[in-house]
Amino acid sequence: MTVIRFANVSKEYPRTGVALHDVSFNVNKGEFVFLTGPSGAGKSTILKLIYFDELPTRGDVWVSSTRSKGVSRKEISLLRRKLGVVFQDFRLLEDRSVEQNIAFALDVIGTPQDKIHAKVSRLLGQVGLSSKATSMPRELSGGEQQRVAIARALANDPVVLVADEPTGNLDDRATRGVFQLLREINAAGTAVVMATHNLDLVKRAELRVLEINRGAIVYDTDDEKRRTPELTP
Amino acid sequence: MRLAVREALLGFRRAPMLSMLSITTIAFSLFAFGLFSLVALNIRSTLSAMESRVEIRAFLSDSTTPESIAAAMGDIGGFKEVARVEYITPEQALERARLELGEFKDVFEAGFLPASLDVRMREGYRDPETVKKVADRVKVYDFVDDVRYGEEWVQKLYSIRNVATAAGIILGLAFAAVSIIVIGATIRMAVMARSREISIMRLVGATDGFIRRPFLIEGLVKGVLGGAFALLLTRVASSLISRYFIQTEFFDTRLALLGLLGGAVIGVVGSALSVGRQIRRVQ
Repeated sequence: MTVIRFANVSKEYPRTGVALHDVSFNVNKGEFVFLTGPSGAGKSTILKLIYFDELPTRGDVWVSSTRSKGVSRKEISLLRRKLGVVFQDFRLLEDRSVEQNIAFALDVIGTPQDKIHAKVSRLLGQVGLSSKATSMPRELSGGEQQRVAIARALANDPVVLVADEPTGNLDDRATRGVFQLLREINAAGTAVVMATHNLDLVKRAELRVLEINRGAIVYDTDDEKRRTPELTP
Repeated sequence: MRLAVREALLGFRRAPMLSMLSITTIAFSLFAFGLFSLVALNIRSTLSAMESRVEIRAFLSDSTTPESIAAAMGDIGGFKEVARVEYITPEQALERARLELGEFKDVFEAGFLPASLDVRMREGYRDPETVKKVADRVKVYDFVDDVRYGEEWVQKLYSIRNVATAAGIILGLAFAAVSIIVIGATIRMAVMARSREISIMRLVGATDGFIRRPFLIEGLVKGVLGGAFALLLTRVASSLISRYFIQTEFFDTRLALLGLLGGAVIGVVGSALSVGRQIRRVQ
């Protein structure tokens, strides 16, 4: 079952010009996909299009049956309840404890109060941070902070987890730990799309890789063929 | 809703100075409006006290028969604008003049003043136009020599009241506009201060309405607090004026509650006008 579908998607920004040109690919339920490529290639734009932070200039994006064409703000909000998003800089609320950060995400989408505590405990157990529930983010290591962010992203039981350079700020050990956690989440049935610069990690993992360059997919292990980037001079 | 209230209170705790600034601005705007309203209120109550004395006096010729007088009183008393008609004999007129102008009481002699019909107007019909209309109708009787109804001061009285009301409305709107602009600016700062929360709320699927709610609650609370503060300042000002200058009347409970409601409306409207635009700027 396809959970993400890009059909001839182009994205142009008024100031910086073309960011993506005629990109098409599918991601199936439970799949793990790496997005690789140099800085500015268009990886983050693809991720933003997945969680509808951006909408395509041309073409169409479908994520879990929500279509980009004519989508309303309300529909975007509802779609995001089925997605989890993780960033390189964690984006935690610094003035709230670990459990409050996770509970916040549950509170915002109207989870009943009596269910929040149990769910937060379960999520903290899942990411291995049960003992840090009352810690503040600044008291945690980078790897631990990213685990909190992942726990928060999992709060909605997402069908797709979008991770933008989640190990970009972490040392090797923490990188392995976070990646292992993402694999476990994926094994439980959540599709994961992860943008990364870490080619060692990509090579070792032997998972699907979409390589982006100059706004186009230049390599997809899924169809094992090299495409000619149309923007390459 | 619980989260929205909590976030709104957090807004106060995080930016106490900014919150105080908003409350104080609303308070001073409403205070200025309150002072003016107080003046208007006091003018109004003085005016209505004076207004109840509005009357038409029709002087009768000496030869008027009692039958004609009785018929005219029946007619005039039947006008819908008229509360009551009273026949004043020359003796009563003399008595009254002596009473009202005590120092000249020896000047008046019996028969010096004519008999008259004193017509009191019903409430709601004491405006200059209606009074003049009724006076004209009274004038048509043959035996009515002259009609007096204090035309000038009735008109003056009304224009003072109209000016007071218009100035109150204009000033009120101007102050409300200033408050709304100030609240809009503080909302902008509050949204910037909470941009991280807002972007996370968005990311996990909070709707715009949900994100707006804490700001609207914050606006409402600031408005009510500002209104209460303004009420307190106005009360103090009113007491001082009463003690040192002139006895004044203060707002009754209904008007005081209306002041708080005014603050609440300004707070919510100011927030609502700004917050939608501001939260859309947060990525």
